[in-house]
Amino acid sequence: MTTFDETSGMVSPAQEKRRGQGFEGHWALVWRKFLRHRLGVLGGIIVLLAYVVAAIPDFLAPVTLEAYNPAYAYAPPQQVHLGVSTEDGWQFRPHVNAYKTVVDYNSGRRIFTADPESIIDIGFFVVGEPYKLFGFIPAARHLFGPVEVGQPFYIFGADRLGRDILSRTIYGARISMTIGLLGVAASLVLGILIGGVSGLFGGVVDNVIQRLIEFVQSVPAIPLWIGLAAAIPRDIPPLQVYFFITIILSVLGWTSLARVVRGRFLAMRNEDFVKAARLDGCGPVRIIFRHMLPSFLSHIIATVSLAIPGMILAETALSYLGIGLRTPIVSWGVLLQEAQNVRTIASAPWLLLPGVAVVIAVLALNFLGDGLRDAADPYAD
Amino acid sequence: MGSFILRRIIYVIPALIAVSLISFLVIAVPPGDFVDRLAEEAAKKGDIMPLAEIEAMRRAYGLDQPLLVQYWSWITGVVLRGDFGYSFGWNLPVKEVIWPRLGLTVVLSLASLLFVWVVAIPIGIYSAVRRYSVGDYIFTFLGFLGLAVPNFLLALALMYVAFAWFGQDVGGLFSPEYIEAPWGWGKFTDLMAHLWLPMVVLGTSGTASVIRVIRANLIDELHKPYVTAARAKGKGEFALLMKYPVRHAMNPFVSGQNDIFVDIVSGGTIVAIVMGLQTTGPLLIKALMEQDMYMAASFILMLSVLVVVGTLLSDLLLAWLDPRIRYQQG
Amino acid sequence: MENLVEIRGLRITFAGAVDVVQGLDLDIPAGKTLCLVGESGCGKSVTAKSILQVIDHPGRVSGGSINLRQTDGSVLDIAKTKPTSPLMRQVRGGDIAMIHQEPMSFLSPLYTIGNQISEALMLHRKISEKDARAEGIKMLEEVGMPDPARRYDSYTFQLSGGQRQRAMIAMALINKPRLLIADEPTTALDVTTQANILDLLGELQRETGMGVLFITHDLGVVAEIADEVAVMYLGKIVERAPVRELLENPKHPYTKGLLASMPRLDGDFKAPLKAIPGMVPPPALRPAGCSFHPRCEWARKDMCGHVAVLETDLGANHMVACHAYGPQAHKFSRVSKVVDVGAPVAVAKKAVGKPLLSVRNLHKHFAIRAGFFQRQVGAVRAVNDISLDVFPGETLGLVGESGCGKSTLGQTLVGLHRADSGEVQFADIDVRAAKGAEAKQLRTDIRMVFQDPTGSLNPRMRVRDIIGEVLQVNGNHSAAEIEEKVQGLLARVGLSPDYAERYPHAFSGGQRQRIAIARALASDPKLVIADEAVSALDVSVQTQIINMMKELQAELGLTYVFVSHDLGVIANISDRVAVMYAGRIVELGETDQIFRNPRHPYTEALLAAIPGRGARKTGARIRLTGHVPDAAKPLAGCAFADRCRYVTDACRVNVPELRGEGNHLDACLRSEELKLRSVSQTEALVSA
Repeated sequence: MTTFDETSGMVSPAQEKRRGQGFEGHWALVWRKFLRHRLGVLGGIIVLLAYVVAAIPDFLAPVTLEAYNPAYAYAPPQQVHLGVSTEDGWQFRPHVNAYKTVVDYNSGRRIFTADPESIIDIGFFVVGEPYKLFGFIPAARHLFGPVEVGQPFYIFGADRLGRDILSRTIYGARISMTIGLLGVAASLVLGILIGGVSGLFGGVVDNVIQRLIEFVQSVPAIPLWIGLAAAIPRDIPPLQVYFFITIILSVLGWTSLARVVRGRFLAMRNEDFVKAARLDGCGPVRIIFRHMLPSFLSHIIATVSLAIPGMILAETALSYLGIGLRTPIVSWGVLLQEAQNVRTIASAPWLLLPGVAVVIAVLALNFLGDGLRDAADPYAD
Repeated sequence: MGSFILRRIIYVIPALIAVSLISFLVIAVPPGDFVDRLAEEAAKKGDIMPLAEIEAMRRAYGLDQPLLVQYWSWITGVVLRGDFGYSFGWNLPVKEVIWPRLGLTVVLSLASLLFVWVVAIPIGIYSAVRRYSVGDYIFTFLGFLGLAVPNFLLALALMYVAFAWFGQDVGGLFSPEYIEAPWGWGKFTDLMAHLWLPMVVLGTSGTASVIRVIRANLIDELHKPYVTAARAKGKGEFALLMKYPVRHAMNPFVSGQNDIFVDIVSGGTIVAIVMGLQTTGPLLIKALMEQDMYMAASFILMLSVLVVVGTLLSDLLLAWLDPRIRYQQG
Repeated sequence: MENLVEIRGLRITFAGAVDVVQGLDLDIPAGKTLCLVGESGCGKSVTAKSILQVIDHPGRVSGGSINLRQTDGSVLDIAKTKPTSPLMRQVRGGDIAMIHQEPMSFLSPLYTIGNQISEALMLHRKISEKDARAEGIKMLEEVGMPDPARRYDSYTFQLSGGQRQRAMIAMALINKPRLLIADEPTTALDVTTQANILDLLGELQRETGMGVLFITHDLGVVAEIADEVAVMYLGKIVERAPVRELLENPKHPYTKGLLASMPRLDGDFKAPLKAIPGMVPPPALRPAGCSFHPRCEWARKDMCGHVAVLETDLGANHMVACHAYGPQAHKFSRVSKVVDVGAPVAVAKKAVGKPLLSVRNLHKHFAIRAGFFQRQVGAVRAVNDISLDVFPGETLGLVGESGCGKSTLGQTLVGLHRADSGEVQFADIDVRAAKGAEAKQLRTDIRMVFQDPTGSLNPRMRVRDIIGEVLQVNGNHSAAEIEEKVQGLLARVGLSPDYAERYPHAFSGGQRQRIAIARALASDPKLVIADEAVSALDVSVQTQIINMMKELQAELGLTYVFVSHDLGVIANISDRVAVMYAGRIVELGETDQIFRNPRHPYTEALLAAIPGRGARKTGARIRLTGHVPDAAKPLAGCAFADRCRYVTDACRVNVPELRGEGNHLDACLRSEELKLRSVSQTEALVSA
């Protein structure tokens, strides 16, 4: 039973958990509230996994980016079987079937069917093609893949050059997931700088910046992106293209962050506890970093995580149109370039599978952002 | 109110100037121009253009002038004579290419906006009133999905479904026989028959976000004191819902229409390219690739103008809906 | 006499199966005003809402009956009626109507008040829009709305607080209900406006003969308006009696406690107040037995903590629910302790010697900016030519209605605003020119306590860091020194030292205000400016804080500038009082002088507006009409002229200066010739 302490007016500590007692700080409360948001947690886990994938694609993908085999152009996805039936009954033996190929002379295309007789065993931690982990640690183990190197292994199907779409999608995460992060980081710097200036100075400066933000927000983004992207010279190295695209994305992306920062700054400036800090004699630096920033950092994190999906979608769209990233860089948008028209898709719908990766990543980031936004103010409710 | 409208319209003018300048500069500033592109093409065919010829062409197109002079002559042409310059790629005045395309863009954008409203408003209200019901969960999930699927991917998927299952090639806004045909009843019905798919594609993410906005705001409004007060007057539940919470939730909804409209116009570019629509998108990208300067700049300008006007309209609508804006800023 | 509504065994449950109201019995008589009194969290509002079945989700009536006597004599049990049924809708607004505390949020800003008033009419009567409009305007006129035909088409944000409340009353009364439920209708209003609204409600009640259920936490308001009173504590009625009986002869220790903790304006209003210890616990932690027993000084552990209380009828309509009056009454001595404020506070300090703080001709104007370039287009004169002295060891009360500039003045003195002109001298420091070491000394010597104890404590910092920050920032203090200081301060403000480790969110409002006071005291200040420091607190907690501040003053020799709109609090805590109106001080003097011998007509009106001032009744009452003049517009003459009952032509031309003999100053051109009514003279006096 909980009792009521009449002198202090407080619920007595013996029965209540420590949380009610105010021993927990802001971040502990935010974390607790976030954990209550199931979808947010699920999204967070998926996002985390996606970034793990982005960090070590070479290990996770069955084959490297360069691997191709024209013999398996447009090979459909193989079905993964978990075991085989033998005389001794069912036996665990994960495998896929090899292809039987028939050439259709009318269309000139090969038609692939599964060959139940020929079994390609799937192994874990198999030795496959060599790669350099993080770009410098030589390795050859892959999380999974055909036990025998070089056997056809296309569980997501193959593209027109017989490249494994699964491996390429895994590699695509590296670019697609980071370009969002990088774009948002750039936007964040711009947003905090401009929003902070706007909120701090107020008056005419604030007014000018607000009109600018309103204006930028009212410009249709995609045509402008297209315009800017088309202006990237065609003959520069891929890495530079990557950075150009990042900059283009953040040119329009900073506005919402700037708004959040400014709004918080203005609201915070009139909070009583900030006034009290001023009266305590805190200088502006201390007020900003000790009192104001911690108070809206969680809001900024939430806004950031909600801004990343937009960047990912934009990169995908630009690359798909052929004015964003280009091969040899592999992003999900670049992969989707393969699916240029309905007829190609109709004959090889698995070319859209990298799109599924986009959808999952964006969904997860949205869930995460929603959860973070709800948790950002743990004192409400 | 009158002064509010006037002020709001005056605010639009600097925005339009800035838009036109940006549209122009984005195209004109990067190195290389249409003549370079022509020379490149010619070079590929093994046909080296003499420098003098290149310079002459540049002079003919006015590309040798300083940027601001080029901008000035372009923009005065646009404003004073409705002359958008000359398309190098089409060998036609830009305005002859741009107007029919823009018309269709407006039609498609408005149709999509209408689609968003018709679908999202009732669903948003339902989701808020029946919070945590099965229907609410389904719509909420669909909403998330709608936001997560890039619209060009949705277009591809729907086209694939239509093609693979119904054997229909659903690209474009017209059947081939109507593309060049003059306007008439037949062309109109043909347009309507083709319009729905791009409309759905373009409207999906907007619908998803409008559902979320309406749901969130309405949930806030449902328990506001004035709702209790009106209920205590003896008002019936449905009439109450419509007169107070829904009406109040309309304000954030209307102010959000800006962004929805921007997204529709903006996303329309890509969807049009994917679906081969006879709107501005495919031409814009072609013009950009060819550095067909006036063409590209005019397209970006007109799309931006469309958005700026849309913003203006939604602001005025908001002022009309909300007496607080009308009286306190007017 | 018969009852309009009889509530029996009412039970209201919220999510998580928490009973907010448990077994409530209440009779609401016809044609009378019944006041329901109690601190916040006692379940008053939710009880009122249950009568109309408009409790917000997730609350619901989960037991008991609410019997409404219909006009045809039949009885309707509202608790058993479906909330959405046509029958219930007919009751709402037709038989029973309701007005609320915050008309701004209870009226929609998107529709004109006329729309919302005529809506109420059209829901219950078949009537054309034109006729509804005519009736609505007539109703607005009846509730004293100025210029009703024009106001009918106004939106809420175009009206003043008092006008909004009038609009809401018109909306409630347009269907001539038999019962009006008024839920703290005057709490958000200024005291002079409150007086007007209370007058209006009393008048309307007498004219229409309707029953009124009036909910309030303010016993002054009760004295003003009630016929009968029911005192509520944690979802139950603990005492009920006719108003005079209850106020003069309270029985229940909770009622006694509420009365004792209320600052009084009769007799010695500086007498120390007696606070009820603790605060209302949340309903989920309702104590067993008598729910008041943990805070009750009579409580016997063997009984009150276990045995549920029954009602005892004391005759003459007086009912009380307390063991001390029940079958076991002989076990209780029923002796209340005398006020136990240990500090010697009775002697009023004289304003003598050299002032600690000296203010001369202080001006603070806020620029009104407009347009893109933020040009200054005008100025709000928030503080206008203020001169005053604060002497060491005294408490100076700054009192006035909202918008009079008292808070701005306080904040300017402490340094939150930069004054536009004038002189401020603190000890030997010229405050407006102070830099470096002097500025630092000012920061530690002049401290402030804010109104909102939630907003003024940074939720991301531990209590220790909040209190100790001023020491960290100013001067060299080791962590151990600061820790020791914080521990000492916590003990001093009545909190456990282990609270230093915690964050503010776990504390109640009263405890947070104690923390805020500890922060103010951390630098051993000489002057503390308390800006409405007790206004956000419930009456018993408010008294605890006031008493504590008095003790601290006596122990530490502090000087206070106490800003408040509450005249009772000001009278209790202040040695001297400055009355402010429209950015100026209109009267300044010792507390006794101000309250017993006011010289400015505005002071007189303020005092007359305090609810519970004797006058049910008769004769010429002093009530203010109109509004405080717009502080952005230039003004000739006396700012109060338009509302003053003694105004002459000269008042509109000459600006009165603050002057007078000795310690008692006023800014009225006619103060010499006028004889004004004071707070303790309950009989109407005829003015000169």
